[in-house]
Amino acid sequence: MAQAPSTGGAISPTDLYAIDSLLADEHRDVRDTVRRFADERIRPHVAGWFEAGDLPARELARELGGLGVLGMHLEGYGCAGTDATSYGLACLELEAADSGIRSLVSVQGSLAMYAIHAYGSDEQRERWLPGMARGEHIGCFGLTEPDAGSDPGSMRTTAVRAGGDWVLRGTKTWITNGTVADVAVVWAKVEGRVHGFLVPTDSPGFTARPIPHKLSLRASVTAELALDDVRLPGDALLPGGAGLSAPLGCLAEARYGIVFGAVGAARECLEAALAYAAAREQFGRPIAGFQLTQRKLAEMAVAVGNGHLLALHLGRLKDAGRLTPQQVSVGKFHNVAAALQVAREARALLGGNGISLEYPVIRHMTNLESVFTYEGTHDIHTLVIGEALTGIPAYR
Amino acid sequence: MREVDSETMKIVVCVKQVPDSWAEKTLRPSDNTLDRESVDAVMNELDEYAVEEALRLQEAQGGEVVVLSMGPSQATDTIRKALSMGADAGVHVVDDGLHGSDAVATSLALAKAIEAQGADLVIFGSESTDARMSVVPAMVAERLGLPQLTFSSSVAVDGGTVRTNRVTEYGYDVVEAPLPALVSVVEKINEPRYPSFKGIMAAKKKPVQTLGLADLGVAAGEVGLGAAWSVVAEAAARPPKAKGTIVADDGSGGVAIADYLSAQKFI
Ligand SMILES: Cc1cc2nc3c(=O)[nH]c(=O)nc-3n(C[C@H](O)[C@H](O)[C@H](O)COP(=O)(O)OP(=O)(O)OC[C@H]3O[C@@H](n4cnc5c(N)ncnc54)[C@H](O)[C@@H]3O)c2cc1C
Repeated sequence: MAQAPSTGGAISPTDLYAIDSLLADEHRDVRDTVRRFADERIRPHVAGWFEAGDLPARELARELGGLGVLGMHLEGYGCAGTDATSYGLACLELEAADSGIRSLVSVQGSLAMYAIHAYGSDEQRERWLPGMARGEHIGCFGLTEPDAGSDPGSMRTTAVRAGGDWVLRGTKTWITNGTVADVAVVWAKVEGRVHGFLVPTDSPGFTARPIPHKLSLRASVTAELALDDVRLPGDALLPGGAGLSAPLGCLAEARYGIVFGAVGAARECLEAALAYAAAREQFGRPIAGFQLTQRKLAEMAVAVGNGHLLALHLGRLKDAGRLTPQQVSVGKFHNVAAALQVAREARALLGGNGISLEYPVIRHMTNLESVFTYEGTHDIHTLVIGEALTGIPAYR
Repeated sequence: MREVDSETMKIVVCVKQVPDSWAEKTLRPSDNTLDRESVDAVMNELDEYAVEEALRLQEAQGGEVVVLSMGPSQATDTIRKALSMGADAGVHVVDDGLHGSDAVATSLALAKAIEAQGADLVIFGSESTDARMSVVPAMVAERLGLPQLTFSSSVAVDGGTVRTNRVTEYGYDVVEAPLPALVSVVEKINEPRYPSFKGIMAAKKKPVQTLGLADLGVAAGEVGLGAAWSVVAEAAARPPKAKGTIVADDGSGGVAIADYLSAQKFI
């Protein structure tokens, strides 16, 4: 029988890249706090939530609000006001636990709260942001429609004036947090131009139905919203942004979080694979000792490390106020695809156990299929990068 | 008995930075002291309960919470953590001469630092997860001539009096002492809060005073490895775990398990 090779001296994939050397004290404190929260409050339950297709979203929102995660990178109105790198690291640690939990936070902080913060009036901010920062109010963001996904400009939802009021009509689909939200940021066309509206979800004519049959992001609420002549007061409109660039501005914020988050999901898969490979013996030795396995592990570790560096680079650019939407597309394009690849490799490396919810890997692998699609599909980001390089838009 | 105005009560919480309890610890080959550089360091978990208790007392009746830590330069991380949980100020006792200090020397340095602060209430965790001696709180109390209320599972301050439940084999004693006093708290006395992000941001701006041996008026010969009453002469790794006992369940498995547990004095 072959001698089991020593695994002594093994270092963590994060240490392989000396990632900590790139972080300030504050970044490490935020990361450690969220990691611990994820260990104590999310990891013990999340496989169960995923299996049940249900999660205690309101309770989680309040706990996350207590930490200060919700809208953490926004200034004022009860938000913590951290830098963008801290926000990214929080997303990374949350998504390492589950992409669904990170989705809850992204939609709340980067889509709904950001929309109100960036485009809302002072009254709208005062009314909604402090409660949303505490996690007492949940927000959702309705852009996608059954017939308008990658091409949101083709949306059919409309808002028309009725005296001093607005009347909204249309359908939104794939809306994260939809059935648990207190307020929906709904994008609708006013005489052909896109505007945002704040729709309290108890408004007559507003209904949210859960979308069944999901095999991905099961620890996340996804809903279809029906707006059946919802009558809103005149001040429901977000005054500060009009045109498609307004919702796209929110999406760039949320995507930035995904650039980090995907690294977290991939890291979790890699760690599971490393531990499994060290413990699992076949042919008389740990499978970690086989060259084929080591090649996979090396490729995974380098993919995770490179993604981490890219995310931190974008974080620095954002903190310096110089991050462009194209760069965010580069980050999402690279990191999500890399994470998906890592998850699939890890899935295979765990053999039969790779398909079991006893391990985090299959959950991450299927979750990442959603992450690959939402916030601009991989194809759409390819076209954004293509346009940036050539100057030629190729979307239509 | 000194009258303590609870609004201005000053609580000093002592916290220690220790190697992560999950980490594999090694001794430095040069002097058989713990290699604190090669492992991830965290706040001693039991001290988190002490910080939390201090913050709760402060929230209930006002006053000030100062966090005190003796340790190498990276112990600032642990002080910062307590500050981001909500403590108002930090004191870091750091000096190369303190390296290798035993419990007796540690209690001297801490006592001097506490004396300089002028605390009404001193709170410790009940042990550190690296040294696990549980004697430092008692030693500090003796040095300062303070009443010691150790192993507390609840702490209440009322005017000039502190009252605690002291955990015993049979349950707990209710003990009381006039302030100033020293308390050590047991695990699970409370649920320590997470540092909030606002707390993390605010911690950067809170004052941390750094004190060396000279500032404390402690002579180099009184502390450090040279002054230790005992030294680690040699160390050996624990032998690897023996294979567990496998009981084939032929219907008597339950009895076999009960026998095993009672032999180990678990039941
Ligand atoms: C779990 C989940 C949560 C979501 N949460 C939200 C939310 O909270 N709010 C919200 O508004 N939306 C949300 N979405 C919707 C998401 O943003 C859309 O699914 C996404 O934009 C893609 O739209 P679509 O599904 O209609 O696909 P389509 O746009 O129909 O795309 C189908 C395929 O065609 C490709 N394609 C499309 N156009 C082109 C082109 N020009 N060139 C090449 N290929 C192209 C796409 O890449 C894709 O592969 C969520 C989706 C999911 C799965």
